[in-house]
Amino acid sequence: MATVSLKKLTKRYGKTEVLHGIDLEVSDGEFIVFVGPSGCGKSTTLRMLAGLEEVSEGEVQINDLVVNNLEPKERNIAMVFQNYAIYPHMSVRKNIGFGLHTAKLPKEEKEKKIEEVAALLSMTDLLDRKPSQLSGGQRQRVAIGRAMVRDPAVFLFDEPLSNLDAQLRTQMRLEIKKLHQRVGTTIIFVTHDQVEAMTLADRIVIMKDGYIQQVGTPSQVFQSPKNMFVAQFIGAPSMNMLEGQRTDKGVQVADNLTIDLPRDTKVDSITIGIRPSALVPVADGAPCLMEGKVLLVEPLGTETLLYVQVGDNEVIASAPGRQHPQMGDIVRLNAPADEIHFFDTQTQNSIL
Amino acid sequence: MANSASIKGSSATLDVAKTMPRRNQFDIGQIARWVLLFGGGILMVLPIVYMLSTSLKWPHEIYNLSIIPDEPTLDNYVYVLEDGRFYSWFFNSLIIATATTVSAVIFDSLVGYVLCKFEFRGRMIVFIAILSTLMIPTEMLIIPWYMMAKTFGWLDSYWGIMFPGVMTAFGTFLMKQFFETVPDDFLEAARIDGLNEFEIWWRVAMPMVTPALAALAIFVFLGNWTAFIWPLIVTNSPELYTLPVGLTTFSVEQSVEWELIMTGAALATIPTLIVFLIFQKYIIRGVVMAGLKG
Repeated sequence: MATVSLKKLTKRYGKTEVLHGIDLEVSDGEFIVFVGPSGCGKSTTLRMLAGLEEVSEGEVQINDLVVNNLEPKERNIAMVFQNYAIYPHMSVRKNIGFGLHTAKLPKEEKEKKIEEVAALLSMTDLLDRKPSQLSGGQRQRVAIGRAMVRDPAVFLFDEPLSNLDAQLRTQMRLEIKKLHQRVGTTIIFVTHDQVEAMTLADRIVIMKDGYIQQVGTPSQVFQSPKNMFVAQFIGAPSMNMLEGQRTDKGVQVADNLTIDLPRDTKVDSITIGIRPSALVPVADGAPCLMEGKVLLVEPLGTETLLYVQVGDNEVIASAPGRQHPQMGDIVRLNAPADEIHFFDTQTQNSIL
Repeated sequence: MANSASIKGSSATLDVAKTMPRRNQFDIGQIARWVLLFGGGILMVLPIVYMLSTSLKWPHEIYNLSIIPDEPTLDNYVYVLEDGRFYSWFFNSLIIATATTVSAVIFDSLVGYVLCKFEFRGRMIVFIAILSTLMIPTEMLIIPWYMMAKTFGWLDSYWGIMFPGVMTAFGTFLMKQFFETVPDDFLEAARIDGLNEFEIWWRVAMPMVTPALAALAIFVFLGNWTAFIWPLIVTNSPELYTLPVGLTTFSVEQSVEWELIMTGAALATIPTLIVFLIFQKYIIRGVVMAGLKG
């Protein structure tokens, strides 16, 4: 159990700065997920926390202790890697027990711990197998087992589910979540998959180009994105973005499309953001935001995505799975006022 | 169903019939290849067959090139094995080849690992310097080696025979290339698990390159087991002779006792055969992976 704090954490490779002063406080037992596109600095941050990369500037603290100059083994952390990094020449038992290498425990106690972890991960039957005899999911569990057996203060996961197929990924995601609920250890998890981030995290840290864009609970980052990047990165399909200009009547996106501004602002260029899930077809006569022609229909089962041409813009709307408009239909679309986001087109930050 | 099955069957037969002419052409190429390989194989095996055949011949028969001796005898083996010197040469060769192999495997892989997995100033220079020694023929190195051995007082000693081979540039290069295939994640996982750098190399990286280690071990062992010129130059005392050097003592000024030399050579192949049989699986994998000719 531990708190983690990153203070003005900076990383430079030669003259190139890839991480520009990250600040973050992680509470004891919290599940934090770093998410962002490739090259955003999320893995670098995790590796600096693990002690696998040197800190160029700033501080990494674990339980209020500055660990910048401590070796990875002295930080009381355990890490699960993307390709599992379980040793092919050792049995599952030895792989799990490897984490206890430095622990000065009697052999019986080590064995007991290995058995306990194996039981917790439902791997007791597999203890004497070699990694080559295991499936991808089982290998991942061995990697988690090796991390767990040491009872670390912090678990670090570096994209651990990326190599699994979609079904197994969902299953392992659930197992990791259950594991966290059971053991309650602080977890810092890195992924580029926003669904993983939303489903696992207590708090999500969204990164881009070496900067933190927003830190918040899954619902905070989904419902109140701080900028256009977060708004578009979180949620699938991405939020519809419509550029417009402030007028007396609201934000004018096109000649026949003006959206009310709920409050006054001095920003002139405003981008409207509406999530596809909030933009739905409405009946004739009912109030609507916009009208357009359906270009493409994508049935997903429970809902159907509609690609609609509205003036010069193409937006994605969602309709019920069973009864939905057809390609070529003219649809009237509406969204609740509190589901409409406003961004400053220049700074890309949220306004209002 | 039965109909469709029979139709399928007949179409399959037709397919085969259509491809027959092509198969014939292919077969000619195949036959040519087999003939070529067979010829090559014979060329390689023939000296060994003659070695064995000569070792079973009487002295008056050795210039008769028939493969099967007229009057086969095991007397040569009895003579060589009863001559106490053979055991001493065999023992010397075994000590030298084993010690050099162990040393080369350890140091080559250690240096290869460091050059592959550690970032340090001058890494490329060191690597190129090691590689460049591969381009110097052994014969050119003999004089500097001799001068070194003389200066340090290593002449006529085990260490004098061994020192040029305790680390090899080829092995370092081979191991460096193999360590490239070990993902860094494994090493980092071990680092987090609390192993020191030496333990990471020994307990994590080394077991992951066993085919390469086996291939390297057999090359080094064979190289040292069959080494002739350097042990001949550096040793004076007959008790330090290795097998290849010792066997030459069967040739005296007046005559060469070929049957005894061949008997000794035949006996000398036994340890290498044993090593190969034990590590066959690893060696073949290692050689295939390294893209080397054995």
